[in-house]
Amino acid sequence: MSATNVAPTGTDDPGSRQLLRRISKSVAGGNPFADAALSALVAFGLFAALIGLRTDSGPVGLVLTPRPWALAGWVGAVFLVRLLVLLWRQRTRPAQAYAENRRLAEGLAHLSRLLAPALLLLALALPSFADRSYLDLGVLVLTYVMLGWGLNVVVGLAGLLDLGYVAFYAVGAYTYAIFSTQFGLGFWTCLPLAGALAALWGVMLGFPVLRLRGDYLAIVTLAFGEIIRILLINWASLTGGPNGISGIPRPTLFGLRFDASGGPDTFAGYFGLEYSPTQRAVFLYYVILALALLTNWFTLRLRRVALGRAWEALREDEIACRSLGINVTATKLTAFAIGATFGGFAGAFFATRAAFVSPESFTFIESAIVLAVVVLGGLGSQFGVVLSALVMIGGLEMLRNALSELASGGYLGPLGALVPDPGQYRMLIFGLALVVVMVLRPRGLVSGRTPSVALGRRREISAELVAEGRG
Amino acid sequence: MDSPLLQVTDLTMRFGGLTAVNALSFEARRGEITSVIGPNGAGKTTVFNCITGFYRPTSGDIALTHPDGAAFRLQILPGHRIARRARVARTFQNIRLFAGMTVLENLLVAQHNALMPNVASGLLAVFGLGGHRAAEAVAIDRARGWLDRINLLPRADDPAGALPYGDQRRLEIARAMCTAPVLLCLDEPAAGLNPRESDALAELLKTIQADGCSVLLIEHDMGVVMRISDHIVVLDHGSRISDGDPAHVRADPSVIAAYLGEGDEDDPDVPLAAVPDGSLAAAS
Repeated sequence: MSATNVAPTGTDDPGSRQLLRRISKSVAGGNPFADAALSALVAFGLFAALIGLRTDSGPVGLVLTPRPWALAGWVGAVFLVRLLVLLWRQRTRPAQAYAENRRLAEGLAHLSRLLAPALLLLALALPSFADRSYLDLGVLVLTYVMLGWGLNVVVGLAGLLDLGYVAFYAVGAYTYAIFSTQFGLGFWTCLPLAGALAALWGVMLGFPVLRLRGDYLAIVTLAFGEIIRILLINWASLTGGPNGISGIPRPTLFGLRFDASGGPDTFAGYFGLEYSPTQRAVFLYYVILALALLTNWFTLRLRRVALGRAWEALREDEIACRSLGINVTATKLTAFAIGATFGGFAGAFFATRAAFVSPESFTFIESAIVLAVVVLGGLGSQFGVVLSALVMIGGLEMLRNALSELASGGYLGPLGALVPDPGQYRMLIFGLALVVVMVLRPRGLVSGRTPSVALGRRREISAELVAEGRG
Repeated sequence: MDSPLLQVTDLTMRFGGLTAVNALSFEARRGEITSVIGPNGAGKTTVFNCITGFYRPTSGDIALTHPDGAAFRLQILPGHRIARRARVARTFQNIRLFAGMTVLENLLVAQHNALMPNVASGLLAVFGLGGHRAAEAVAIDRARGWLDRINLLPRADDPAGALPYGDQRRLEIARAMCTAPVLLCLDEPAAGLNPRESDALAELLKTIQADGCSVLLIEHDMGVVMRISDHIVVLDHGSRISDGDPAHVRADPSVIAAYLGEGDEDDPDVPLAAVPDGSLAAAS
């Protein structure tokens, strides 16, 4: 700097400017301690009022209680975490990290080939050793696996970001609820109906949004999901409004009911077994497992034929698709319709399992969770969806149990007084875990793409080359 | 048969107040390589986008006549029909391959309509019905044939995005050819190629022509253009300024003026007269 230069901010005293310059210099120079100190300073600025002061209700209005130790704890934590991250990063150079990431991706793809059959066997055998609570958890996880696989067709393969997927879930659930309670139709009759009606709605959503891309598409699909939900609330004469529909019949096994009456038309009575509620739970578990496996088989087959390839091509480059004579409209609509069909199946299952549907079950957060399952798993990866559904849905429930166990068992010691209800922290821990996964593996747990056809050996395509789709 | 394959009549394309193409007429004859040249901003790519359905022209007529007499008016045909029914294929100035799909998959996507004539057959294929397997075997054979022709057979299972630039250019041409076109439109296929790759490209285009496919070519590489074109159309500021065989165009004073440019500051291409034998690549 030349001597004639005027200081940019005249009010600053030269001492603090000097200090700031020295800090920024050492931060830029890669000194991790300076960087962490700067992070701690920023954290102090942020937390000073937020954490350092608490408002308590006093005799007259609110009084401020200073909490210096809590503040110091948080600022110290930021310093330490930042320092650790930087030191860890210095250990691995970017090129090395890239190679490591690549190896990990290939390893995971390899692992999935071994792990997938093992998981399938485990899923098939689960009812033989698991108790009721795990069975119910299994049903929940499988429902999300199925929804994730259905959404994967739209988001992962065709690259159309759909934030309103829960709408098709709702259409399927209400289709079964209404047809069974109003017309007395059975579950297995209503299942294809639910799929077909959901597909119809998928096409109806598809038409107006065909011209939209990316963010715009996402917003309109989000609105579509809300429209369906609000329709369900307000069309009270058909849907029961906010009260929903209750008394939905349970599914039957070739006409055999699962109840305690013991007649020859019940499962227990026909086979001469003693009735137990677990029988129905096991049956429901196998129904959703079969539906999910059907979805998976269909999707895997689709990927190998012209239609699925056209979807993936659409995700890669829509303009090139048009120049090759692919009817982009029809291709997008089939993606919406097929994705919606699976959502409808899952919805009908949801209705029959819960025996009750209400609009509250079909809020935006459901769409968000299903989308998170797909994104976390890795767009387009069937195995990734299973992994992330296990981690997200199963893991979250396990975490809730583990945390309450921790609190009730008194394992927390003196910390227990500070954290009276650790179960409340599960979403925080969960969110943090998601962030960490996305930082470490930005393209999802199982990124990369397996070619649909090959002259020689199929080799994984690394995620860097695969497009995410812009609608 | 004397009717031209492609007959463009009074084609005008306006973007707001800007007239990109102004009452342009030219024709591309069957079995010939027709080149469209001109300084940057002359409206060449706009003409291409009108022919291939990416733009809807403001006015004018684009008529395509197949060898069997079937006639199409491209300005009213939807984009995907132009490739499918009228059988006009194109490549792009900035390569548009499906980067995350393998080389082979790129060529199979191009044969989409042969594999899946309608949505119902596409769904039947999931259950192994509707002859999809046989159709796919044919499609793979065809793809293999093209890969052999462009020397990419060993890389068939590699992602297209991992190929070197020159290979990507050739793959894009092969992909367009897999749609079985009667007219192949190439938008600057030699851009970014080294002289040897340009030569290979020229050879490839000659063999495509020999197979009976007509070619419409936009190109800045005058070496390639002068060597392989049967017919050259020169555009400047959206209008045709010259039209004829390479010798005619090279000698045309208005072409030389347009390229040397009284006002075309951004494209000081080497004057065409400087490449009498077409051995020099004049493009920057």
